[in-house]
Amino acid sequence: MLDTLGRFKPNTVCAFMWIIVPYRGTLGILHLHLDSANQALKGWFGPALLKFCFLTLFRSFGDSSVQSPLVVEPAQHARLKFDPKWVVIGCCLLVVGFLALVPFCFMVWQSFLTPETADQPSVFTLSNYVTAYTDAETITTLANSIEFATGGSLVAFVIGTALAWMNERTNTPLRRLFYALSIVPLIIPSILFTIAWIMLLSPKIGIINMAFQSVFGLESPPFNIYSMGGMIWVDGLHYSPMAFLLMTAAFKAMDPSLEESAVMSGSSILRTLWRITLKLAFPAIVATILTLFVRAIESFEVPALLGLPAGIQVFTSAIYQAIHQFPSQLGLASAFSVLLLLITSGGIYIQARISSSSSKYVTVTGKGFRPRSIDLGVWRYATLCVFLLYFLLIVVLPFLVLLWSSLQKFYAPPSAEALKHLTLDGYRYVLDSDTILHALFNSVWMGMACATIVMLLSAVVCWVVVKTKIPGRWLLDNLASLPMVFPGLVLGVSIMIFYLTFDIGIYGTFWIILLAYVTRFMPYGLRYNTTSMIQIHKDLEDSAGMSGAGWVTVFTKVILPLLKPGMVAGWIYVMIVSVRELSSSILLYSPGNEVISIVIWELWENGQYVELSALSVMFILMLLMLVLFAQAVGKRFGVKDS
Amino acid sequence: MLNVSGLFTEYVSDKGVVVQAAKDVSFEVPKGKLFTLLGPSGCGKTTTLRSIAGLEKPTQGLIEVNGQTIFSSSKGVFTPPNKRGFGMVFQSYAIWPHMSVFKNASFPMEVGLKKYSPSEIKSRVMRVLESVELAQFHDRDATRLSGGQQQRLALARALVMEPQLLLLDEPLSNLDAKLREKMRFEVKKIQRELDITTIYVTHDQSEALALSHEIAVMSSGRIVQRGTPRQIYETPNSTFVADFVGAINFIDATVKALEDGGQKMVLESEIGLIQAPNPEGFALGDQVQVCVRPENVHLSDEAPQLSHANHFLGLVHLKIFLGEVLDFQVKIGSKLILARVHPHQKTPVDHPIYIHFDPSNCVVFKR
Repeated sequence: MLDTLGRFKPNTVCAFMWIIVPYRGTLGILHLHLDSANQALKGWFGPALLKFCFLTLFRSFGDSSVQSPLVVEPAQHARLKFDPKWVVIGCCLLVVGFLALVPFCFMVWQSFLTPETADQPSVFTLSNYVTAYTDAETITTLANSIEFATGGSLVAFVIGTALAWMNERTNTPLRRLFYALSIVPLIIPSILFTIAWIMLLSPKIGIINMAFQSVFGLESPPFNIYSMGGMIWVDGLHYSPMAFLLMTAAFKAMDPSLEESAVMSGSSILRTLWRITLKLAFPAIVATILTLFVRAIESFEVPALLGLPAGIQVFTSAIYQAIHQFPSQLGLASAFSVLLLLITSGGIYIQARISSSSSKYVTVTGKGFRPRSIDLGVWRYATLCVFLLYFLLIVVLPFLVLLWSSLQKFYAPPSAEALKHLTLDGYRYVLDSDTILHALFNSVWMGMACATIVMLLSAVVCWVVVKTKIPGRWLLDNLASLPMVFPGLVLGVSIMIFYLTFDIGIYGTFWIILLAYVTRFMPYGLRYNTTSMIQIHKDLEDSAGMSGAGWVTVFTKVILPLLKPGMVAGWIYVMIVSVRELSSSILLYSPGNEVISIVIWELWENGQYVELSALSVMFILMLLMLVLFAQAVGKRFGVKDS
Repeated sequence: MLNVSGLFTEYVSDKGVVVQAAKDVSFEVPKGKLFTLLGPSGCGKTTTLRSIAGLEKPTQGLIEVNGQTIFSSSKGVFTPPNKRGFGMVFQSYAIWPHMSVFKNASFPMEVGLKKYSPSEIKSRVMRVLESVELAQFHDRDATRLSGGQQQRLALARALVMEPQLLLLDEPLSNLDAKLREKMRFEVKKIQRELDITTIYVTHDQSEALALSHEIAVMSSGRIVQRGTPRQIYETPNSTFVADFVGAINFIDATVKALEDGGQKMVLESEIGLIQAPNPEGFALGDQVQVCVRPENVHLSDEAPQLSHANHFLGLVHLKIFLGEVLDFQVKIGSKLILARVHPHQKTPVDHPIYIHFDPSNCVVFKR
């Protein structure tokens, strides 16, 4: 991963893109995007979208001028002809518009209706909101959500920023290796990370608790993970690599001469850090915290596994419970969803405003500068220990505890006694289980299908947005990015409600899950494609046109091959996040079409910890291999391209 | 062969402002001729070329090739670029990086309406690669070619279909100076040999003068002058053309006397009295500008014995040695006059020197 000079090679950059693109993309896209959300609220969306659809469809029947689409002169009648270009673009537009808007709008509408029953049609009501927001418990839920998200984002931010500073601005040994490894924790799915930490910190079976008790002779376990503190710790720790990557980018973009001039003016290192470095990074800091906050408030796994047993409810778990009650409280779930969506949109909106107004803080000079690093002297071994401890907490311990538990017959804490009973039964169970293999098959093919659809669809969308001058193309960009603000659970609710009401035969099949994946990950595909598309010079396309190629030929023979590096990276990324996806799937699956994350969830509910651990170990290794493969592919294409 | 008339093209800039890039552009190019659109950046020359290519859709006007209408706003005709059958070389060359040299050149034969057999494609592509001296690199990755080779590949790709019209968009501007001069000859040779009608866009006046049968100088969307290279250089019709095509001295003056029945005039200028021809028919008292090219300004250390009055005494202000020529800035009063002479002129700086120029080399414009 390092070249001879110890600098980073493209695959590391690729690893970095992995996380940054989608989340960072949020910053960029939503900035535009929230302007459009604004206009949407002013009732602008509908007419503009209609006009765009109309224009696009109209063009599919002839190449009339933009200025006067309605004036068809006699000579032109004969020229009305089928142009595949506008058909492809029109279809993509309709699909994107449908995916992004329809289920969501329908959900909002439904939140104002009573449930329809056999003898009673649904009527307009505000009672869902009244029930949801007058309940004293809602206030508690809101307070819990805010506390959890604030705590989680701050823990992640503090850890991530400290590590980023050590990594970028000090001479800690092995820091380049650490940077390369920072991708690894993000590979472990949230649900497995949470389960691993339950095995470490649970009051009953937690290994760390037991160790503390035996070493210090404590009467009661010192830590209880089933608490707000436990939730914040696990969620914050799991997303600290994201904070690390975002803050590393901010530090990298900063010209060190700004700091050097402060030092030359007589400022000490800490004073410089406080007065210059952090002040300059301020927009990046706020944007990072907001990104982390929005992500934490959408988080489902940690609140469900740690919060619910302790009776701590946040919005995501409240939505989940409202649906899993009998009878399901869809209206209530929608009302909660709408509030959750308002919070996430608000957070992202503010973040976008900060990012767009931060131009006065621009510190990127465009010319290459070598980051200055502070010589920590012997303290650099202390910071190395911090790195090692961090890596232990975030990767080694969780993985080892899963590995240990997967080798037992019945779950038991590590001891010389338990060591004698090692067995591979857990793995045998997993490999013999038809349900699990079927789920694995489902996950893999749906992941691949989702990645393919997303990348092709977003390639067309992105071409329209980047390469054409069709009026209203910004709307298409915003539309395709809109699902970014949907928490997975909210997306699940809206899709579920829509296809329950309009039964076209996909509810209860894997198609509905696939639909959710495509909707949810479309913005990610768009980001990857846009990055590559911007780099394709317009002349490459025009010259193919001048050579006599039609649009379809140009697109398939020139655009798509040139997009390939971005497409492949994006394809693998979307495939992996699809395979890991839980929060939308959990509302949409039905027996027989489980995916792998659902199987893990079910094993946990059934208390089959050993089987779960065996599956987890294999799952994590599989994801790790996929990532390595992705980096290898990215590197290959990257090298060829440059 | 190519007939463009009354062409208007506009586009929407990134900031959403409608820009009128070409305004009422009209010209015709006979078969086999090289026609150049010359002008500073932003003058609309590339937009005009792209309108002919079909890459931009004009708002108004008519474009005909061999009597066949390919664009007409009044008849609602617009042939898409891939149906026009023109060859085009882009400023960036637009060599597809994911294809080999051969594939780049064979692409037009593979995607067009007309189908070719593989052997036919092979022989024709190799022939055209041969003509640009790239045949030995045919299986190489296109990105591994040097700048000049990529440029020739772009030319080969444009020529492989034997197009009726060749469009060149600043094809030499990305090459270094030495290579640019060499390619100038190559392009001229290929164009003259194939006798292919060519539209050439450039902002480099020496390139335009060197290559063209006819030049159209453009400024802010309009053609300001059309003519052969010699006409454009020697008899510019405006101070813009005079200034844009080559270096020139501008001297402010007033008409003081008319001679030969108005054919000649005497001007009172900032450097003294100037005799000049008067084809425009200026009247007494008109405020004018006299233009003289620096190579027509002669220098001498002694007072020249001339039949006309256009000689002045000045001081050498600055000398710039350029190798084949020597540029003198001569100060007369407060005015600096540029003279381009053979380097054998060795008068030192701050020494007196005489300048003189022939009245027939003066072009006079209204001020």
